[in-house]
Amino acid sequence: MQSIAVQITVVLLALLTLCFVWVLRRTATPTPLENLAPGAYKLRNRLFALALLCGALIAGFTLLPWPHDAQATQVTRHIDAKARQWAWELSDQTARVGEVIEFRVTSEDVNHGFALYDDKQQMVAQIQAMPGFVNKVRYQFTTPGVYKVLCLEYCGVAHHGMVADIQVLPAP
Amino acid sequence: MTTPLTPVESKDASFGVKLYLGTSMAVLLLMMLVGGLMRAAQAGWLDIPADVFYQLMTAHGAGMVGIAGLAGAGIMWHFLGRYVQLSAAVLYINYGLFLAGVVLILGAIFWGGYAGGWTFLWPLPAKSMGLWSAHAAASFIVGLLLIGVGFLIFNLDAGLAITRQYGSVLRGLGMDQLWSGQIQANHPPAVVASSMVIIVNTLGILSGAVVLAVTLANLYFPELVINPLLAKNLIYFFGHVFINATIYMSVIAVYELLPVYAGRPWKVSRPFYAAWAAATVFVMAVYPHHLLLDSVMPAPLLVLGQIVSYLSGIPVLLVTVYGALLLVYRSGIQWKVPALWLMLAMFGWAAGVIPAIVDGTIHVNKVMHNTMWVPGHFHFYLLLGVLPMVIGFGLHITSLHKALNEPLQRAFFFLYFAGASAFSVAFLAGGWASVPRRWAQHWPEWMAYDQAGSLAALVVIVAMLGLVIALIKRLLERHHGTTA
Repeated sequence: MQSIAVQITVVLLALLTLCFVWVLRRTATPTPLENLAPGAYKLRNRLFALALLCGALIAGFTLLPWPHDAQATQVTRHIDAKARQWAWELSDQTARVGEVIEFRVTSEDVNHGFALYDDKQQMVAQIQAMPGFVNKVRYQFTTPGVYKVLCLEYCGVAHHGMVADIQVLPAP
Repeated sequence: MTTPLTPVESKDASFGVKLYLGTSMAVLLLMMLVGGLMRAAQAGWLDIPADVFYQLMTAHGAGMVGIAGLAGAGIMWHFLGRYVQLSAAVLYINYGLFLAGVVLILGAIFWGGYAGGWTFLWPLPAKSMGLWSAHAAASFIVGLLLIGVGFLIFNLDAGLAITRQYGSVLRGLGMDQLWSGQIQANHPPAVVASSMVIIVNTLGILSGAVVLAVTLANLYFPELVINPLLAKNLIYFFGHVFINATIYMSVIAVYELLPVYAGRPWKVSRPFYAAWAAATVFVMAVYPHHLLLDSVMPAPLLVLGQIVSYLSGIPVLLVTVYGALLLVYRSGIQWKVPALWLMLAMFGWAAGVIPAIVDGTIHVNKVMHNTMWVPGHFHFYLLLGVLPMVIGFGLHITSLHKALNEPLQRAFFFLYFAGASAFSVAFLAGGWASVPRRWAQHWPEWMAYDQAGSLAALVVIVAMLGLVIALIKRLLERHHGTTA
């Protein structure tokens, strides 16, 4: 997912930069604005329509099905994750490849962030931990190794030390 | 009554704007130094204890947001004052309250050890695990309240002035013209933008005041609590609106000054009014995109957060930035240094929109929220958007009676541009690699991004130092006014 996000960002930034370069290389020859405006506004209307169309498509693809319900029907078991300054209390610290775990995340004190990292230190799932509420996030483990749970919502001076391990074993 | 007044110029006004500008530039440099220290610590080049790091982080966040607000307010006051009668006393009252707030905040952080982050996410201020006292947290909260009161008075005065001149703030925003289709081409964009800021910032500050008051009460009466989810909603509504208002205040400099350099007017139109009406709604409606990872939030609000996050880029890109590009296209513009900064601001704002929209998608947010991707996008906004607006404005008003040292200023411009771009990209790259934000100590595998960011920070600071020295020196000279 991160790579897709970065590719989209790079492409759009490159397009934006090209637009600026194209215009800024053509500022020298004065031409009455009245001559340019009709064409420019026509182009803007088309871009506006394109932006709305893309927006509708993106919303459809990314919001249906509802992202927070993803894999809800495939959940094999759940793990309770309770955060406190500055440690994680996990009801189980082992999982097996192929399992779809639903993490039920809450906090005893302040806001924390539950972020699951794989053994290559890449984040694979994230949800907030809030006192008085239980947020849920699901993840299907696909590779064995030592995954880590990091706190990603600033929670005080030992925030960066709030790390727990989850041992993911090969499929039985 | 919609005829613009003759430009209002007074000695007080001129000094007040210079005071805002000079203070902002000096504080921005100071906060950049603090930011640079944090990046160097994350890079492993500097040993800063975790408690001190988080104190610096709190100061950097509160300082940057506050000073961007002050700089934007100075720009808004300067240009809005051309069309409506603003109170110079209010300008100074806001400044005084700002300074009083800053003293309390700095005392809370560096004397009281407060390190709860500028977002004071409840109930963290009250739960320090013994590292700061209730009094320190209270000092921080009261400091923020004082600053908020100052900006509230500032916005109310501007709102009253617009109402006196145009009939209402909504008419200042051009809503009557939008609905009727009868466009008054001489209606100033500065009034439109100011009206939008007054509406959103007043509501934002009031929501911030509610949660600050509860936070303060909770420090001394722990039984007085607020629902943490409600507190989060109020805080992010306030924070999002306030930081966005800094851009919408500062962009007035682009609307007013880029036409001067391009030799073409920036006229209002129906799409222009529609864009500002949409921006008014979007800036307030988009805040749930900060809560996309609270699955207990009502789903419609999260859908709203994602969709409005996307939509809010449209007025920026297709009206303001597109309008700026059209304004200079085949205009014969002379690329004086202030014009370069104003154009860079347009690029930075547009560029900052892109990673924000990407991260505003729930699927992406699940793996990029609170990574370095987030400071990546807002440093694009602030370093390459808001600050260039402020710098362009400052260089413009100080170059009216004494020419700038163009070669030197161009060198600062390109140095800053290169450094700020690299600095922001280093954050984004860190986000790509899942590096967490707001961590005092980074793991070795993350440090390459931090080291690149630290070097880029050094370049930005060198350029900014040159700019600040030149600008403050010119502000202290007596012979120039602030007529633009």
